[in-house]
Amino acid sequence: METAVFIVCAAIVLAGALGVVLARNPVHAALSLVGTLFGMAVLFLNLEAHFLAAVQIIVYAGAIVVLFLFVIMLLGVDRLEDLSVEPITGQRTLAILAGVGTFVLAVAFLLGSGIGPSDPGPKILTLDITDQSTYSNLRQIADFLFTDYVYAFEATAALLTISVVGAVVMSRRMACSDEAQESAGDD
Amino acid sequence: MVTASWYLILAAGLFTIGAVGLLVRRNPLIMFMCVELMLNAVNLTFITFGRELNDIGGQVSVFFVLVVAAAEVVVGLAIVVAINRRRPQATADDLSALRG
Repeated sequence: METAVFIVCAAIVLAGALGVVLARNPVHAALSLVGTLFGMAVLFLNLEAHFLAAVQIIVYAGAIVVLFLFVIMLLGVDRLEDLSVEPITGQRTLAILAGVGTFVLAVAFLLGSGIGPSDPGPKILTLDITDQSTYSNLRQIADFLFTDYVYAFEATAALLTISVVGAVVMSRRMACSDEAQESAGDD
Repeated sequence: MVTASWYLILAAGLFTIGAVGLLVRRNPLIMFMCVELMLNAVNLTFITFGRELNDIGGQVSVFFVLVVAAAEVVVGLAIVVAINRRRPQATADDLSALRG
């Protein structure tokens, strides 16, 4: 069962990723990204990360992709992009070579290091994360998040606030400088 | 039976597709989406190793990656909107001057 789910989801994830890279229309790329993120959420469920599967759907598919689509519509950049023109000569070939090299190196390291089913690894936690009869996945994450990682958690709160304020300030200031430039007859 | 290696190979493939897309495409929005693909590949690696090593810390790391990705998208899209107001339909190649 896990094998079947993995194969279907891996196909969805890879097809969606290729769709993002190869789509000429940005809206199609965003919709392919949704497919990838949904496949990834099901893979998270397969790996018994139930909370993160839900967060993946809510945050990525529900917020981030909607933000992407909103910006695409707002800017009106949903025109087709000509992919046949190569901006820098030979850059595309080099990029694909670098990508294939990265993949081959990662897989070679993976297979060479013997990480896999035979190695159970060190037991870092006393809890067994696959045993969720007494301790749910959400409760385990919360236990860790609000004890060992509580300062990092507070820092992310500050990060989100700063980034939202920064986004507002950036769009406002640009608008003001536009008007100043237009009145000066520049641009 | 699917082993951890399969998940890690899938993550490597997804990361590769994202990296190639980031290098090849010139539309800033598509480049952001490729960054999201790469972040997702890393998330899958974290969760796979978390289960393999029986450590919930892998899932907590993914939580933080999600938060930072959300912040990155907010700031990045604000920059794209601000740039597009000054220079409509600009691609990444047009923005090499670094003078607004």
